[in-house]
Amino acid sequence: MGTPQPEPAEPIDRETTESLSARLDAAAQTRLGRSLAILHVNTGSCNGCELELRALSNVLYDLERFGLRFVGSPRHADVLLVTGPLTRNLRGALEQAWDATPEPKWVVAIGDCAVDGGVFKGSYAVLGGTGLCVPVDLTIGGCPPSPARILAGLRTLLEANAK
Amino acid sequence: MTTANDIIRAAEAEICRPWLRHVLSPGDWSLLATACVAEGWVLLAHWADTAQAHALFLDPDALTAVPVSTPVEAGRYPALSPSLPTASWYERMIHDLWGHEAAGAADLRPWLDHGRWPQSPPMATRPEARPPGEPPLLSGPERDEAMVLPLGPIAGRLDEAAHLRLTLTGPAILRAEALLGFTHKGTLTLMRGKSPRAAARFAARLSADATVAHSVAFAQATEAAMDVTVPPRAVGLRIVMMEIERIAVHLDNLAEVARLADAPAVRARCGYLREILLRTSEAAFGHRLLMDCVVPGGTATDIAEDGPRVILRTLGEIATEMPAIRRMHDAAALSSRLTGVGRAGRQLAASLGVGGVVGRASGYAFDLRSAFSTGYHDVGARLAVRSEGDAAARQHLRILEIEESLRLVGLALDILPAGPVTVALPQVSGEGIGCAESVRGDVWHWLRLDHGQIAAAFPRDPGWALWPLAERVLAERALAPASPDDIALIRASFALPASGMDL
Ligand code: SF4
Repeated sequence: MGTPQPEPAEPIDRETTESLSARLDAAAQTRLGRSLAILHVNTGSCNGCELELRALSNVLYDLERFGLRFVGSPRHADVLLVTGPLTRNLRGALEQAWDATPEPKWVVAIGDCAVDGGVFKGSYAVLGGTGLCVPVDLTIGGCPPSPARILAGLRTLLEANAK
Repeated sequence: MTTANDIIRAAEAEICRPWLRHVLSPGDWSLLATACVAEGWVLLAHWADTAQAHALFLDPDALTAVPVSTPVEAGRYPALSPSLPTASWYERMIHDLWGHEAAGAADLRPWLDHGRWPQSPPMATRPEARPPGEPPLLSGPERDEAMVLPLGPIAGRLDEAAHLRLTLTGPAILRAEALLGFTHKGTLTLMRGKSPRAAARFAARLSADATVAHSVAFAQATEAAMDVTVPPRAVGLRIVMMEIERIAVHLDNLAEVARLADAPAVRARCGYLREILLRTSEAAFGHRLLMDCVVPGGTATDIAEDGPRVILRTLGEIATEMPAIRRMHDAAALSSRLTGVGRAGRQLAASLGVGGVVGRASGYAFDLRSAFSTGYHDVGARLAVRSEGDAAARQHLRILEIEESLRLVGLALDILPAGPVTVALPQVSGEGIGCAESVRGDVWHWLRLDHGQIAAAFPRDPGWALWPLAERVLAERALAPASPDDIALIRASFALPASGMDL
């Protein structure tokens, strides 16, 4: 095979960028610059959202070229990327991750489940969306959302951040 | 001596298609467990409803599935775990969901119930409200000098949420214990009372990298319960989708293992091929992961008009790359990193009922496609088996299986019959079992319908067998001691799931 190249990135959504940048203060901007460290937090996913998050690292999306990278610990994270309907059994784990992440921090809810519980809404075992436990800055719906959509969402965070 | 079949033949049967379900007295139920051990029967699944405990066995000689039940009396039924240790997690799950106690069980600590649900037991006829409690405790370290290494449930690895606790002395792993249930979503209560068509969305979301397999097994169970036959075109399309799923997930597993084994070139190639395959799936069937594409009664939609053409083009591209990917695995760097890592023996895999790549890489030649699955005799799936049982063997088997699946998709598309892709579903009562070979092994679904609605259901994900094997392999000290540094690699090599068995 010839060496596959990353695809040109699609334009990002202005409106989301505006609303996000309004929420970022000066201190945040100095600290973060144009790169973001992301911690994935699974709050009960079926693993579909994880599969698409993993795809972000493949050569066609290559998320690192935008200054986005996954980290393994909340202490090094700027962004918590949350997947899955918030199960009662994982609420504590999300709270711990949130508490351990230094300020300023952002929370992105990925997938219909993390947005509002998705198809699992109403179950005794599920609380609902991520927002019931920690403040959410950005939601990206879909079941699961495509990598292109996730990437566009994350880039709005970067843009907002750089302003 | 009374054989397992003697016990079953003497019992009354209830109609369950395609295998009758026999209802045993509590005494015979216990006898059956002993006979199963003597005769090498495998426990495939164990669950309950409000009145009975159920078990599904595999009779390896007759190559048939055997569902059996026993009444729950005064909240108790005899435990299978004293004879069949693999029943233990199921017994804990049954206790958490239905409140039935397995009398004489090896272990009755909670499994899915971490003390956080507002009502308990949730599947009982009348669950009771209760205050929040404490999460279950794992057993303590056995020795004073031992150190405990807790991993997860949030691992920062884009992975499923499970907790693995290792007890170490120095660099040696004394004990590995898994705790699951974190992603329990109450799926069974959500399925109850719905039409199979509506409940299929939950079957499709048990485990995303086996979404097609779970959907097919669930659909087949429904169709068996209703005694309807799906159109031949739908059977062919299901095979196309199941094999595409297998290729896509194998590519993902190859890429993950390569990432952890410092083989960036393998990772990049496999990741690229997986991506173009997912885009092809979207073009042909409307969803990258093929979620909700298989429904009870057939398939959700027909394949797009130029679907076969785009699929064949992508398969061609993957086929061209496979020899290079195989060579990279044979090269010294990767092969020496993977050889001997996470070794599982045939005996152990067979006794735990571990099929899939992990079982077949250990010499246990079990694959539903060769004996059970509808439609596969038309394409003649060829089974590949290895005997080494280590991470290297599993990678090689994944490569072989990708190549075989490429052939199967091509053939299934070639002989795809014309005609409709769904059949109408009657509003009837009945009971059925369905199965499908997922990328991790055999998936089984049982369900009972009451006037066209789901009265009870249970899905068996291969994770129920894989995790107990992983625990043993991680704590193996004599043959091939695992190093704590290899844990992530072994996990990825086993492709350990969580959501499907967390229900
Ligand atoms: S949004 Fe869909 S893919 Fe993501 S966790 Fe929920 S059910 Fe799974």
